[in-house]
Amino acid sequence: MRPASDRERLIATVAELLAGVHHVAVGASSPIPAAGAMLRRAVDAKRGEAPVRISILGSARHNFFTNGSSELFDCAAQGRIDAFFLGGGQIDGQGDINLVGAGDYPRSAPRWPGSFGSGLLYYVVPRVILFREEHSPRVLVEKVDFISAAGASPPSVRRPGGPYALLTSLALFRFDKARRCFVLTGVAPGHDTDEVRDRTGFGFDVAEDLGPIPEPSPEALALIRDRVRGELAETYPQFAETLRDE
Amino acid sequence: MTEIVSLEELAARIPSGAKLALPADYAGVAMAATWPLIASGARGLHIVCVPTGGLQIDLLIGAGRVQVLETSAVTLGEAGGAPAFVRAVCEGGLELLDATCPAILSGLAAAQKGVPFMPMRGLIGSDLLRVRPDWRVTENPFEPGDEIVAIPAIRPDIALFHAAEADRDGNVWIGRRRELALMAYASATSFVTVERIRDASLLDDEVTAAGVLPALYVGAIAHAPNGAWPYGLWGEYPTDAAEIARYAEMARSEASFSAYLQRFTGTAAFA
Repeated sequence: MRPASDRERLIATVAELLAGVHHVAVGASSPIPAAGAMLRRAVDAKRGEAPVRISILGSARHNFFTNGSSELFDCAAQGRIDAFFLGGGQIDGQGDINLVGAGDYPRSAPRWPGSFGSGLLYYVVPRVILFREEHSPRVLVEKVDFISAAGASPPSVRRPGGPYALLTSLALFRFDKARRCFVLTGVAPGHDTDEVRDRTGFGFDVAEDLGPIPEPSPEALALIRDRVRGELAETYPQFAETLRDE
Repeated sequence: MTEIVSLEELAARIPSGAKLALPADYAGVAMAATWPLIASGARGLHIVCVPTGGLQIDLLIGAGRVQVLETSAVTLGEAGGAPAFVRAVCEGGLELLDATCPAILSGLAAAQKGVPFMPMRGLIGSDLLRVRPDWRVTENPFEPGDEIVAIPAIRPDIALFHAAEADRDGNVWIGRRRELALMAYASATSFVTVERIRDASLLDDEVTAAGVLPALYVGAIAHAPNGAWPYGLWGEYPTDAAEIARYAEMARSEASFSAYLQRFTGTAAFA
């Protein structure tokens, strides 16, 4: 079997981060998170465990909602969604995310699309995985220019949700809620901690058991290349096609 | 009483300054009504995106028709950012009411229920809350010390969207796209373009009746086959991604944006 590509490793890492989750929602235009969720479901099914329920926004086949756009947010606010993915033009060391734009609001430059559902989902979904392939000081900043959704809240705010992990093409961090900072837990094969420091605009802690991000198991790799790629083709035909060529 | 009118007549009933609710690109966008709306010359529109916007919003902004934009995001999806929106933001040419999807849906739900606001979790500690002074942090009256945000009711003048089918009584079949019903409930009236108008009532069969927005909420209907193009319509036809990519390319400069628009509106009367 040919070795895992970078994207296949990201998909396998996402699936590991979703261990134990009952219902995961995936936003539109998020093929790697969607693939990771599908891999989680395939692995669960193969092991005879209850498969994770997946809601992919923008998909007809992987979206069972019948109450319009409100249903995702209603479900999330009730605690019916365990995991979700968010990105951001900027993500800072306190877990604040910016989907609005750089510079002084309102005349942001560049202006990004907007906050989407982050203003609620980041606060109520217990396991929010921040995913951004680009790992650079431009994206991972000390302080975001605009807070679309805050990484943490004071005790007066009822908040069951928040950041759980941050995954990039270079590194994996978990979020320490109590200390409100990221902790580096894994580095992509062929890279080291110094490089992560150079390419990260915020300070972070390093886990005692820091190591390379594991390669996907042969079982996971086989599932990605067969079942997951087939399932992806309905919602992300181009992505499924390019995945085959890697 | 719902009237069945031409596309031009439907667009002409949207006056300058109207507060207009428009659906997200997957829900049924009345693209065919967008061209006559731009040609009609209505200006100073207050657009409420339910809850995000795409090509239709970008066209209206680029044509100079939008004064206030209330949205959770504007994007062309896989074709990238919305060029006219980005340009207008950088030039300061829009009154922006940046939101988050569930806040817009909550504001519409408040209007639907005839109450002044809807409480919503989240938002606290964000800059969204800072730039939206109309959103207030309040205390849960049933649990002292529990802070929650109150979103005021959003009451659009007109909801404008596209759906598969209507009957001659003005009932519209929206299937499971319930955000269209939410928009319609919250708005003073709804203008709907449809693929087909059928003679038999949609309420005669319980299977179709379950997905009906009743004529009570619908002011006008216009027949517009392929009316969501280049967007797709659920259960009917897919999105024309190549056309949206072509727009994304042409909208990068004001001159080629004008050329794109002129092809559909037959007029260069905007600036």
